[in-house]
Amino acid sequence: MSSVRRIAIVPAHNEEGAVGGVISELRAFDPSLDVVVVDDGSHDRTAEVAAAAGAFVVSLPFNLGIGAAVQTGFQFALAGRYDEAVRLDGDGQHDPRELPKLIGPLERGEADVVVGSRFAAGSDEHRPALARRIGIVFFARLVSLLTRQRVTDTTSGFQALNARGIAIFAVDYPHDYPEVEATVMVHKHRLRLLEVPVRMREREHGASSITALRSIYYMCKVTLALFVSMARRYATP
Amino acid sequence: MTPVRVSIAASIASVLLLLVVLELIRGRRLKERYALLWLVTGLVLLVLSAWRDGLNTIAGWLGVGTYPPAILFAAATLFIVVVLLHYSTVLSKLTDENVLLAQRLALLEEHVRRGEREGGPADG
Repeated sequence: MSSVRRIAIVPAHNEEGAVGGVISELRAFDPSLDVVVVDDGSHDRTAEVAAAAGAFVVSLPFNLGIGAAVQTGFQFALAGRYDEAVRLDGDGQHDPRELPKLIGPLERGEADVVVGSRFAAGSDEHRPALARRIGIVFFARLVSLLTRQRVTDTTSGFQALNARGIAIFAVDYPHDYPEVEATVMVHKHRLRLLEVPVRMREREHGASSITALRSIYYMCKVTLALFVSMARRYATP
Repeated sequence: MTPVRVSIAASIASVLLLLVVLELIRGRRLKERYALLWLVTGLVLLVLSAWRDGLNTIAGWLGVGTYPPAILFAAATLFIVVVLLHYSTVLSKLTDENVLLAQRLALLEEHVRRGEREGGPADG
């Protein structure tokens, strides 16, 4: 199609049942697309399944959490001098057929980071559980307020970035619930963020790893991180 | 009753603690994960210091009639114990991970050396 070198970053923690399908769907979408699976200290056969499906596999020696796993993927993309990276979860909730919606704005130079939102206008998405919805709405409002740009889905891991985005996140990426703080970082680095409506699927495998008490802890932590992030100085490219 | 000067001094100390912690996070010398406990500590101490009636009431509940500011010491000590215990768990996890890293590195070095000796790419 184009001469753009593009890589798909797929973080996976114990996703042996789903990760193979994700990779073959990516291959079906674009056979020339490179795929790197970051196996975040899985105890199952995630790494073997991913390698057998033809992906590059980076196996972390122990579980580092989603933020560090994704950042490892950005480092891989930076070292490999890729022009663009797309990020999707290893559990199959992000449909590769939706990727053109994310890549399009990058190709047209309209944004540096494109986020697939379940809630942006035009997206007719399934509604997540109440507790999760409260968190999503809370952070969407707070981030919109802080960055003065309307965002609707700050927890979406379905994203596409150009080389500037890759370079920044390879060096500095937040930890738990990284997407929320990353949105603020994108704003502080003066990169252009764009949300596009996408369809997401129900998780194919496993349940969300968040319990009620933990989610309160994460809410406090991420809120603190957001305000601190706003108070930080960042180099603007 | 709590002497006013004790309340003022304790409030200033709590605010200083909070400011130092926030500045450390901003300068990336302290991770949010480890800062939350310190922030809670600072906030609780600040509330107990500034809200004099509250401190007196809590002291009453706990049977400390003579000198309510003792509750401040008790609260501070309790939080320090919690923070230290938390650090012990963090340290234990780091120890395990460090061992794993050293083992991985040693195995990898052996793998690379063998590959070099055999004059080809190492596999198996």
